Amino acid sequence: MVRVAHIHMSGCTGCLISLADTYEKLLDILGAVELVYALTLSDEKTEITETNDKILIERKIPENIDIALVEGSVCLDDHHSLDDILTTRKNSKIVVALGACAASGGVTRFARGGQMSQPSHSAFVPIGDVIKVDLALPGCPPSTESIVNLIMAALNGDMEYLEPFAEIAKYGKDACGCDVIKGVIDMSLCMGCGTCASACQVKAIDMIDGKPNIMTEFCIKCGVCGAQCPRIRFPKVVQKIE
Amino acid sequence: MDPFGTYNKAISARATDKAILKKSQDGGIISASYIYGLESGLLDGVIVANTEKGFKAVPKIVTTPEEVLNAAGTKYTISPNVSVLKDAVREYALEKVGIVGTPCQVQAIRKLIKYPMGFRHTDSKIALILGIFCMENFPYEGMKAIVEQYAGIRMNDVLKTDIGKGKFWVYSKSGEVKTVALKDTHMYEQKSCHVCMDYTAELADISTGSVGSPDGWSTVFIRTKNGEEYINKMVEAGVLETKQIEEVKPGLELVQKLSLQKKEKNEKELGHRKELGLPIPY
Ligand SMILES: Cc1cc2nc3c(=O)[nH]c(=O)nc-3n(C[C@H](O)[C@H](O)[C@H](O)COP(=O)(O)OP(=O)(O)OC[C@H]3O[C@@H](n4cnc5c(N)ncnc54)[C@H](O)[C@@H]3O)c2cc1C
Ligand code: SF4
Ligand code: SF4
Ligand code: SF4
Repeated sequence: MVRVAHIHMSGCTGCLISLADTYEKLLDILGAVELVYALTLSDEKTEITETNDKILIERKIPENIDIALVEGSVCLDDHHSLDDILTTRKNSKIVVALGACAASGGVTRFARGGQMSQPSHSAFVPIGDVIKVDLALPGCPPSTESIVNLIMAALNGDMEYLEPFAEIAKYGKDACGCDVIKGVIDMSLCMGCGTCASACQVKAIDMIDGKPNIMTEFCIKCGVCGAQCPRIRFPKVVQKIE
Repeated sequence: MDPFGTYNKAISARATDKAILKKSQDGGIISASYIYGLESGLLDGVIVANTEKGFKAVPKIVTTPEEVLNAAGTKYTISPNVSVLKDAVREYALEKVGIVGTPCQVQAIRKLIKYPMGFRHTDSKIALILGIFCMENFPYEGMKAIVEQYAGIRMNDVLKTDIGKGKFWVYSKSGEVKTVALKDTHMYEQKSCHVCMDYTAELADISTGSVGSPDGWSTVFIRTKNGEEYINKMVEAGVLETKQIEEVKPGLELVQKLSLQKKEKNEKELGHRKELGLPIPY
């Protein structure tokens, strides 16, 4: 059985909820894998040590993980967080940055500290800034279907399908609405299909006179617009129709 | 070079409903498919390029035959039809969406079906993908310059536009017919069209255009199983009249010629951009 873990960094659990949103497909996936770690769904890996003055709760990220689905970014000001992500990398064959926060920082890009009870927690980065990431799936959250597709492709070793996600893991850490300006409009590639506008989960893109207009104040740097644009990436597998 | 992409069958066809033919660009295949779908329940909503004031094209989600007819006809300007796809399944709660698009838009739809990162619960709601042939498109201001400055017709007075027989045709509501030589329109083309390697909407379920068939008829490629079942139902219901493509003039030969012209020209442009170190879709 393939050993899958869900690692929760500075995320909102929305990515995991999106996975759970597959209903019966989730059961298929869970039937095909062994979920070895997921704090939200199972607690058997928690170790509780009681001493005289405190109760220590330790959640151990298991060894020999095949696929680690990591949700959330890394808070550089929180050493637990750093330990967790380093352990995850050490213990996992494939690390997937699941969702915008893990892949490109997402909404946590805007974090700047100053809030109780840890006003010093101000620095948040995509996990790829700290460890090597194999696959990154943008979205806030990524759609249910895209999570299933990615997991199934990973289970089947369908590297052709996964190639775009491997590229986003390498180059996608700075994702922003500017991607479609710089990479598509400015490169004379935008033909005005409107996919980016439809994909944007916060409606930060308006199509004006047939071209996307990015309202940067709304953009949460989720990376979905650039990832969905067929004029940046048009994988060969898309060309097969039946 | 493969001119047409995958297809099961090519035919020449037109709608049998006179009201559709009256408003449509060519054989009314798109409007007839939409209307048939809405009336039979195969579709519960469709996306059109609505005709708005000043002959502007604006994507719209519609659910009635009247609205489909109101949007019939070609607008030679960008209508970002995919931009309202997610709204169709969210705000309109549609379960069986029909969508029409130029080849590039159909490519975008196929990509978002295979890689639906920002499209939760959307791909399973797309019931029919219709494609229209496309040589190139124009930004709105470009179309306006052609129509107003070259053809001398005001945008608010435009009834229909068409590209055919080497000319850009403008028909006014008062019955005027003006033409503009295509060479005068080239400078207004959307430049991103020059890297486009698809003429006949190769990834649609059904794609259609005017080229290859006589006036008032359409050339139709039936590409997928879904498309084939859909067309068969339409023919059975008597909403489409069809002919073998081999029986009509000029037939597929002309479609092939134009398709290859487009692909060869744009392949050069792709090569040129690569030489300059500029990115191209890959
Ligand atoms: C920019 C452009 C270039 C074209 N170039 C060619 C060509 O080179 N050769 C050829 O044979 N045919 C071409 N066509 C297709 C042709 O003009 C007709 O659209 C097609 O034959 C369908 O006719 P119909 O009578 O079946 O559709 P109709 O019943 O008239 O319906 C047409 C449908 O297309 C939609 N539509 C109109 N304009 C647009 C647009 N700009 N973007 C997206 N959807 C739109 C309308 O909403 C409507 O639903 C082109 C179309 C466009 C938009
Ligand atoms: S514009 Fe929208 S889709 Fe693009 S990165 Fe920003 S929030 Fe995401
Ligand atoms: S998705 Fe379509 S509209 Fe958006 S940038 Fe890409 S080509 Fe342009
Ligand atoms: S030529 Fe290609 S890119 Fe331009 S509008 Fe037509 S299909 Fe789209």
